[in-house]
Amino acid sequence: MGAVSTTAPARSHEGTPDPNENYLKATRGIASWLFTLDHKRIGIMYLVLVLIAFGLGGTFALLVRLELFTRGKTLMDADMYNRMFTLHGVVMVFLFIIPSIPAALGNFILPIQLGAKDVAFPRLNLMSLYIYAFGACFAVYSMVDGAVDTGWTFYTPYSTSTNSAVIPMVLGAFIMGFSSILTGVNFLVTVHKLRAPGQTWTRLSLFTWALYATSIIQVLATPVLAITLLLLTMERFLGLGIFDPKLGGDPVLFQHFFWFYSHPAVYIMIVPGMGIVNELLSTFSRRAIVGYMFVAMSSLGLALLGFLVWGHHLFVSGMSEYATMVFSALTFLVAIPSGVKVFNWVATLWKGSIRLDSPMLYALSFIFLFTIGGLTGLFLGVLAIDVHLHDTYFVVAHFHYVMVGGTVMGFVGGLHYWWPKITGKLYNEKMAKFAWFFVFIGFNVTFIAQFIMGSRGMPRRYYDYLPEYESFHRISTMGSWLLAFGFLTMALMFVQSLRNGKKSSRNPWGSAALEWQTATPPPLANFVKVPTITRGPYDYHLATEEELSET
Amino acid sequence: MSAEASSAVADDAHGDHGHDDHGHDHPKFLAHHFDTPIQQFESAKLGMWTFLVQELLFFSGLFVAYGVFRSWYPEAFSGASHELNKVMGAGNTIVLLFSSWTAAMAVRATQLGQKKQTSLFLLVTIACAFIFLGVKYFEYGAKFHEGLLPGKYFGHAFTAAGIFPESTFPTNLEPSEHLPAHASSYFSLYFMMTGVHALHIIVGIGVLIWIWRRNESGEFSKEYFTPVDIAALYWHLVDLVWIYLFPLLYLID
Repeated sequence: MGAVSTTAPARSHEGTPDPNENYLKATRGIASWLFTLDHKRIGIMYLVLVLIAFGLGGTFALLVRLELFTRGKTLMDADMYNRMFTLHGVVMVFLFIIPSIPAALGNFILPIQLGAKDVAFPRLNLMSLYIYAFGACFAVYSMVDGAVDTGWTFYTPYSTSTNSAVIPMVLGAFIMGFSSILTGVNFLVTVHKLRAPGQTWTRLSLFTWALYATSIIQVLATPVLAITLLLLTMERFLGLGIFDPKLGGDPVLFQHFFWFYSHPAVYIMIVPGMGIVNELLSTFSRRAIVGYMFVAMSSLGLALLGFLVWGHHLFVSGMSEYATMVFSALTFLVAIPSGVKVFNWVATLWKGSIRLDSPMLYALSFIFLFTIGGLTGLFLGVLAIDVHLHDTYFVVAHFHYVMVGGTVMGFVGGLHYWWPKITGKLYNEKMAKFAWFFVFIGFNVTFIAQFIMGSRGMPRRYYDYLPEYESFHRISTMGSWLLAFGFLTMALMFVQSLRNGKKSSRNPWGSAALEWQTATPPPLANFVKVPTITRGPYDYHLATEEELSET
Repeated sequence: MSAEASSAVADDAHGDHGHDDHGHDHPKFLAHHFDTPIQQFESAKLGMWTFLVQELLFFSGLFVAYGVFRSWYPEAFSGASHELNKVMGAGNTIVLLFSSWTAAMAVRATQLGQKKQTSLFLLVTIACAFIFLGVKYFEYGAKFHEGLLPGKYFGHAFTAAGIFPESTFPTNLEPSEHLPAHASSYFSLYFMMTGVHALHIIVGIGVLIWIWRRNESGEFSKEYFTPVDIAALYWHLVDLVWIYLFPLLYLID
């Protein structure tokens, strides 16, 4: 942040900043960042916080993997280990992955892709950032105060009886939930009301469609988590008994409540990543996304289906058999919109003019890894197979293929893609590809090993394991080192770009999309004149030479 | 910077309609990123309605829990509901319904540019909110004294001197004995539902006072009444939730 804002030149006059000035230079000083209403700066502040959370959650993951390198105690005791994997989950889910694409990249890109000057409610946008930071403080306080050992799902009755710092962590997640809701409200209204002249619904970018679908989930699902976590807190404070069988309650009710949010939340995580993949595939194949409306509607389809499948997390928790059958059938339906996306992406590549720049490598990784993650999800949706695979490393590998192989690849791909637009600087492409190689290989080494040991019965969350799992655990841990090396190289590359990256042109990728048509970095008001939209963002056949020019 | 390239970012054809910022038709209340007051008004409305949907989902968790527990323990729920003061509950319902009417009238008064009436209606609405909370205070107080408390505290009298375990319970109070088993679950939900609702009333009071002060300072007019309108929308939701809470909790039989 500092490195970005310090570059030179003089500003004409104090007082009202010039809306046509580069947003990084239009106003100066730390207060101009902390109290900014500019969606671009708010997006950057989100990005910084989210990346810190990613580093923190990644460190916890490395420690968990390191502990599992040998049988028995490697470097921490079982209590500490329980806290480590819980913190990894909580930090990655609530602090990193949920806000990562919508609140950080989405905040920056969405209004520009609409041709708007800002989001609908800029002050609310800044407030969501501070609510997120406030909630994160609770989470950090919990970590200092002995942390949590319940797993990120906070299942009762353990979460109401353990003496670890559950309440501050749960309140932290509760508060961050409101940040997510307000961002969702803001984006929904922005897409409905702030589109530039000519920006019709069928000319929206598919990233915008994805964020729109995500916002619907955020608004409808997150409040249910909020009330669940409030009930959990009150259960601990006042012994409500809602989830306590001793007082007539039911712990399974907590699981229903929790997954009514947390399954849709899976789509809060993955749908924006899918949105980014569309942008990348189109730009780096230089052609329109095949089946635009199908892809747009499949995002809404995922948002809808996401609300109907929470029961598949409870197949072995004591639900009625009829309910499990219905939930199993509904779960298979999720494969339809997911399949629509994957097939349309592959069709887009066909006869495209493909350029394997670093963002494209992440987009292709997304397709490959998400497909594995999605297909293994079908295994878990089959009632009989789930009995065997439930709570094993198979599940862990499955959702990491979706969350890391999908969302993180999409997020990182988007970060590479929009980095020049955001910072105005280019990065070292060779180093970026080098980092990608280690991220891709490291990720697969880490989690393929987990698929195998999971299918052979290794339970998740266990501190210790039988000798036959040792080699898989070792391979998985070594994979985590490759993955960490890849991410560290990437971090170094981005820092280098900030310090002495070459100046980026307006449109370094030669994209037809709207955000590349304005200056780099964009002016404070996003466009010098409000654009009139005459074509979709992927219409390369309608774009002029000048628009696609990379210089 | 070679910013504006041709056709996708064509010259602003709508410049004459005021898209080009800071034109003469850009009134003070219009934020810089909106083109017209109507666009700003509609955005605020849509935002508030979306937020209210969120509120409904927030309460829905409690309503679902209520449904589940009532179907498990029907006798406990009907028995325990008689411990509530129906007169106070009905009175509060009337107070809130009336306050919703005054909130609506405040909106109408602003739309007609009647600043004084707006303030008056807002103040009456705020007063109703305080009356509601006052009645709730006496209801809660009675329950505390009778030991009709949530979950594990059920049957323990809570007075200014502290919480007494059952053994030291004053003999003239016998809350749990005549109630069916699991009445404690009813009171858990009663306190959660009415408590979360009361929290919304308190937030509403804050919002209405803020709106009242802005009205006093002359910020609103026939042209600009959005904040009054959306604050009233929120207040109607708080009222609406109570309309469901009252029969579900007080009038089971």
